[in-house]
Amino acid sequence: MSEAIDRGRRQLLTAATALTGAVGVAFAAVPFLASWKPSARAKALGAPVEIDISKLEPGAMLKIEWRGKPVMVVRRTPEMIAKLVASEAQLADPGSDQSRQPGYAKNPARAINPEYFVVLGVCTHLGCLPQNRFQPGASADGVLTADWPGGFFCPCHGSMFDLSGRVYRGVPAPTNLEIPPYSFADSGHIVIGLDQAKEA
Amino acid sequence: MAGQAAPAGTGRLAALGAWIDERFPMTKLWKEHVSEYYAPKNFNFWYYFGSIALFVLVLQIVTGIFLTMSYKPSATEAFGSVEYIMRDVEWGWLIRYLHSTGASAFFIAVYLHMFRALLYGSHRKPRELLWIFGVLIFLALMAEAFFGYLLPWGNMSYWGAQVIVSLFGTFPVIGDALIEWIRGDYFISDITLNRFFALHVVALPLVLIFLVVAHILALHEVGSNNPDGIEIKKTKGGDGHPLDGIPFHPYYTVKDLFGLSVFLVLFAAVLFFAPEFGGLFLEAPNFEPANPLLTPEHIAPVWYFTPYYAILRAVPAFAGTQVWGVLVLFAAVFILFFVPWLDKAPVKSIRYRGPIYKVALMVFAANFIMLGYCGLKPVVQPFKTLSVIGTIIYFGFFLAMPWYSRIDRFKPEPARVTS
Amino acid sequence: MRSIGALLVLLAAVPATAPAATEGFPLQDAHTDVSSLASLQRGARNFVNYCLGCHSAKYMRYSQVAEDLALTEEELRENLMFTGTRIYDAMESAMPADKAREWFGNAPPDLSLMARSRGVDYLYTFLRSFYEDPSRPTGANNAVLPQTAMPNVLASLQGMQRARFEKTVDEEGKETVHLVALDPGIPGEMPAPAFDSFVRDTVAFLEYVAEPAKAQRKALGVWVILFLLMFTTFSYFLYKEYWKDVK
Repeated sequence: MSEAIDRGRRQLLTAATALTGAVGVAFAAVPFLASWKPSARAKALGAPVEIDISKLEPGAMLKIEWRGKPVMVVRRTPEMIAKLVASEAQLADPGSDQSRQPGYAKNPARAINPEYFVVLGVCTHLGCLPQNRFQPGASADGVLTADWPGGFFCPCHGSMFDLSGRVYRGVPAPTNLEIPPYSFADSGHIVIGLDQAKEA
Repeated sequence: MAGQAAPAGTGRLAALGAWIDERFPMTKLWKEHVSEYYAPKNFNFWYYFGSIALFVLVLQIVTGIFLTMSYKPSATEAFGSVEYIMRDVEWGWLIRYLHSTGASAFFIAVYLHMFRALLYGSHRKPRELLWIFGVLIFLALMAEAFFGYLLPWGNMSYWGAQVIVSLFGTFPVIGDALIEWIRGDYFISDITLNRFFALHVVALPLVLIFLVVAHILALHEVGSNNPDGIEIKKTKGGDGHPLDGIPFHPYYTVKDLFGLSVFLVLFAAVLFFAPEFGGLFLEAPNFEPANPLLTPEHIAPVWYFTPYYAILRAVPAFAGTQVWGVLVLFAAVFILFFVPWLDKAPVKSIRYRGPIYKVALMVFAANFIMLGYCGLKPVVQPFKTLSVIGTIIYFGFFLAMPWYSRIDRFKPEPARVTS
Repeated sequence: MRSIGALLVLLAAVPATAPAATEGFPLQDAHTDVSSLASLQRGARNFVNYCLGCHSAKYMRYSQVAEDLALTEEELRENLMFTGTRIYDAMESAMPADKAREWFGNAPPDLSLMARSRGVDYLYTFLRSFYEDPSRPTGANNAVLPQTAMPNVLASLQGMQRARFEKTVDEEGKETVHLVALDPGIPGEMPAPAFDSFVRDTVAFLEYVAEPAKAQRKALGVWVILFLLMFTTFSYFLYKEYWKDVK
């Protein structure tokens, strides 16, 4: 042994190597972690969906799938729109403060254009598909009473929502139905999944 | 009951260490296998390949796991899922190339690692079992590579599997039933693909991991060999450690880290600039989906199998059956198990053997490469004759070893290691 | 011992050329430049106009083409996309596979990976090697792929070449006729250099389609190797420092 161990040099070299190695490992980890991001196929399958509403009758509903979930488009009649204010006293969140919707849907009609109502068909309780019960009055199966103004009814646990998807008080569902981002491509077509603002 | 001294250092970390050590032999294992495992100080270039092979094993497992997240093991979806990985999955192309380049790198490292053993007599007593575990790893690795190659469901995948599976059909009486049992179907199908997937992703990796652990335990039990082929444990110092030994950590951790980084430079060069490696690592016909109706122009296995493929094709049919080629192929691999007992030299390392073994080993190595080249080529001249000659030389190296390893001119082994 | 090592390393360092070894029409160098966006854009347009009618490139998404070739969505829609396709869709051909089999005997193969399975030189030579052959149902044959079912879709551009045959007699006195060259025949819209350029661009696009990540792979490789060389340097000095203790 001709020279004493230079501990300082060893520490420096060890630190330099360890630091470079750690940086290398971090860089190497990036592709593996990033590979979990939605792939181009996921993005393709989850891309905005265009729906033709030109033939939709007043009072009728269309259903389309977007990102694996059902989206309902309802063409509301003026009577249906008028009823929206009337039921507000029985609603848990009439102002849509707790529910999820784009900024342009934070109004009583919960829509860009009140005539066309776009909503995710996923009950906010446990995810069942709410049925459309747009006819006011009692239902044949006795589930809905005579004062039912029309709206959505979830068959799984009995949650009720109004014609804007707003949840009634005292039902299992905690919040209003979610409104997805959407926009009008033109007067006859709605694009689900694309906000107006995002169109470049 | 912890019988050892409290670990060095004070504070919470040391206390945690002590808590673990009372319940799990953490420090004991670390000392026994790393920080106080004394390895000969004269390891050279040939000694890098064991740790490189271990690194590549880990790489293959990690990249393999991530590939399995996106790969679909069905005949209709497999090919498309590989393209999905290459194009749609973020960084999928990198993960795929890591795995495909890694497979070839694994065999390069393993072949060089095995060659090192033949150079320095690492297969000799008392390391026979170490060698046997190694040959078992080699076998498991070949099976793993074979099953893995079917998974992309390319045309070479399909036809390569077809050829190799049909080898088993040459066995008399049981042949046809055997290949039907291997395939699980009347032809290589979705069923075969799915079971090869299970073997490649779960079964053989577990076997490989077990064998590698056994291999390292067997090594540590006896201690490493070295380029001089002498046993360093014969000369111990006052502290009970071999005079010519140095603790694995920090000396070989630091040296293997350097060796690994050089390897990584070469590996990255191939991966980023020539992942197909001239059609050797990714074969061109495999960019077409499997087509049972269209055989590729010539079916060649991936390069690491080609020496054995050449041997298989060198043996002609006799008495109406080609089973002889298959038997010779199996023999070519299984003869490796016997090397510890075929080698009768009084010394271990080539450094102290005479010219006969030096020539024999060099010829063997060059011959193995030549056989590999023949295995890539179609069955035409001169490759036909060269394959026959190559097969004879290959077996000659082993079968004549008990004779020529003894009659050589030997030099006296040193008592202490040299460079 | 070092010589054995050197020998093995040298032998291993020579990548064998692809074992094609088939006797066929000699292939010409395509000289594609996949780094030229202009070439790829022209090639994309050529592909859509002349190939996509029959051949799909089903693993290639339009959105990816737009991103890699620096095209806006409008440029893509105007120049490259059939009506009704969406930006995230794959490049599917208009021809239904069963009809294709009916008309051509075999469905025109998907071209996504053709540049990797056959090579760019093959594609370049193939597309330029059609010649007049009245005995074929399409009226044309191909020197690179004899008896191809593919019609000479580029005839209007290249014109229709004529094949030159030669008779040879082997030792046994057997006569064989084989094709030795292709001569200009009926002229097309493009002179030969312009047509070669056209095909080169198209093949470059196919080369890109076969591996869209290639440019990124090579660019990243430079940085990775530089980083690894730096790491190798540090680890080398660390190794040497510790090994001062030994012997």
